[in-house]
Amino acid sequence: MTKAMAVYRKELRQISRDRRTLTTIIFVPAFFLLLYGYALNWDIRHVALAVQDRDVSPESRTLISAFVNSGYFDRVADVRTPAEIDRVINLNTARAALVIPEGFGRDLATGLTPQVQFIVDGDNANTATTVIGYAGNIVRGAGASLAPDAATPQPLVTVEPRIWYNPELRSTLFLVPGLIAYILMITAVISTALSIVREKESGTMEQVRMAPIDTFSFVVGKSIPYFFISLASAALIIVAAMTLFGLPMRGNWLSLLAALSLFIAGALGTGLLISTVAETQQVAFQAALLTSFLPTLMLSGFIFPISSMPNFLQLVTHIVPARYFLVALRGIVLKGTGLALLWPEMLALIIYALAMLTVAAARLAREKH
Amino acid sequence: MQRLRRLVWKEFLELRQNPRLFGLVIVAPIIQLTMLGYAATTDVRDVPVVVVDADRSPASRNLIARFDASRNFTVIDTVATIRDVDRYLQRGDAWIALAIPQGYGRGIQDGRSTALQIVADGSDSNSTTVALGYATALVGEYASLLVGPQDAAIDLRVRVWFNPELESRYFMIPGVLALLLLLVTANLAAMAIVREKELGTLEQLNVTPLRRWELIVGKLLPYGVIAFIDVLLVTAVAVLWFEVPFRGSFLLLLGTSLLYVLCTLGLGLFISTISDTQQQAMMTATFFFLTPMIYLSGFIFPIENMPRVIQYATYLIPLRYFLVIVRGIFLKGIGLDLLWPQAAALAAWGTVVLALAVARSRKRTA
Repeated sequence: MTKAMAVYRKELRQISRDRRTLTTIIFVPAFFLLLYGYALNWDIRHVALAVQDRDVSPESRTLISAFVNSGYFDRVADVRTPAEIDRVINLNTARAALVIPEGFGRDLATGLTPQVQFIVDGDNANTATTVIGYAGNIVRGAGASLAPDAATPQPLVTVEPRIWYNPELRSTLFLVPGLIAYILMITAVISTALSIVREKESGTMEQVRMAPIDTFSFVVGKSIPYFFISLASAALIIVAAMTLFGLPMRGNWLSLLAALSLFIAGALGTGLLISTVAETQQVAFQAALLTSFLPTLMLSGFIFPISSMPNFLQLVTHIVPARYFLVALRGIVLKGTGLALLWPEMLALIIYALAMLTVAAARLAREKH
Repeated sequence: MQRLRRLVWKEFLELRQNPRLFGLVIVAPIIQLTMLGYAATTDVRDVPVVVVDADRSPASRNLIARFDASRNFTVIDTVATIRDVDRYLQRGDAWIALAIPQGYGRGIQDGRSTALQIVADGSDSNSTTVALGYATALVGEYASLLVGPQDAAIDLRVRVWFNPELESRYFMIPGVLALLLLLVTANLAAMAIVREKELGTLEQLNVTPLRRWELIVGKLLPYGVIAFIDVLLVTAVAVLWFEVPFRGSFLLLLGTSLLYVLCTLGLGLFISTISDTQQQAMMTATFFFLTPMIYLSGFIFPIENMPRVIQYATYLIPLRYFLVIVRGIFLKGIGLDLLWPQAAALAAWGTVVLALAVARSRKRTA
């Protein structure tokens, strides 16, 4: 243990000399959370709408103002010809276009069903789906008020939605746990991976090999400083999220600490493993990018729902630790879920951390001889 | 020219000596593209549903079967009371619980209106919103089947341009091209230079008769070539494997990629002038440049949803312009007549960042 402490002290001294890296690891994550928590959301408002009103009647104006007053659409352009619609959508000035045909008001008055065209830029499928939904609702509402005779009778089955855990459906509450996982993964993996590869590059690894230190002490001593730095960074992020974004804490603090520690341990293990494979820091960085950041961003359920992925990819997500960490984190923080329900996730995190640390230690031990 | 060629050759030799790195810059983009191509769908499909059927009538089973048959939902379990729903939502095994009250079947027979209860897990706000929309639509359709067809007052004809099937892949994959170029070139270039600093060989290069610009061009050119190969590779996979439509001009894509790579390499050079160690370079690159660019460029999160101040800040991100360009070329088939402002922005950005980087590196060595 004294040997591990010696390595630990040496690493700590080295870290404290590089002030910029240290501040980057500790403070920047919290700053990012602020920036992204504030900037990112999926709530689609103010969709730029171009209008081609070929009727110019009180009825057509009612329909247009129904769009504008909904708060979902901003009328950015009035166009006359289909070619102009082409142009505004190609230029991204407008995301959607509403075309009201001639005779719209007259048809409504005589009880005919006028056809209204709604053109959507489908390049972002997600936004487009939502926008189509908005338009459908607005047109249905406007239709009911413009032609009350055609009003539909009370339907036999209705839906009463209730939303748990995040009743206002704020995207921040959903994104913050994901950001925590992402940021922790970057700091923990990069810092350990590089700290060992750097010793290889500068030749000091040879000296470490000659020194009477066993692999175990070396691994422990190398990773402990980064473990605490990452934990401090996580604590800072969570406090910032709670005070600034109203992230609730409905579960148990100890389970949260356990989940964080396990996840960080796994990430540090990944970093160590990368460092045993990579000979230069460039390779280490690319490997970290490929095995840690991108899976955490893409395959963890942070942004893209796992259940929508093809089956083989859903299988792959089982080896991404962030997947389990996110279920645990969202469960503990947002839902107040206890360990009685979350034990499979915790177990998966333990297995991942143990596997990474063991393989890394074994490879390091082999390199020594 | 002779000197420049030698330097480029040296840089390639160094890349070759490091076969892992060489493999990574070629293999990594393909793995990333495949991963991103399949994973990066924001489509919400097969939403897991848990059902509380308190009615247990043919009518309620009919409704459940409708949910299960829809490709938007998968019914994972049926439980007896609403209390049993808790564990499914808490663990995230189900996103939505559908509760059918007692007397539902009889109500339909008697023509009384019945309210179904849907409990949704709001922690994934985006998917939940979409899933709720699907559920409401499904129930609405079912309800109108029960009372027979009726006409709406206004017939809304929706036409979706460029991507009629609303495949989010078509939007994400061209974006991946832009992202990969940034990841590969900016980092590698920054680290290649800082590495020479760390090893002390930059000093040696400085005392050779190489001119400043030759040194910079020589260091950056190999990564430019790699970027060029990546563009070809990624475009091929996108079009041939993922069947993303390519409607524009390939030459225009190459030309604008060149402008963009100018920006990313310039960025790498700039990072190298403000870093002393590779660890610093990497941290600076990931935290201060790459992460903000990924999140704020419109790659995943639409810029128009961001607060005003941040929307203005996104004009500083070159990825933003290149995303408009690649998506425009791939999906919309538009040309330089519409894309020139973006191309000009890239050219300006690249020139400024290269000039800044060169100025800084000159001051340091002077």
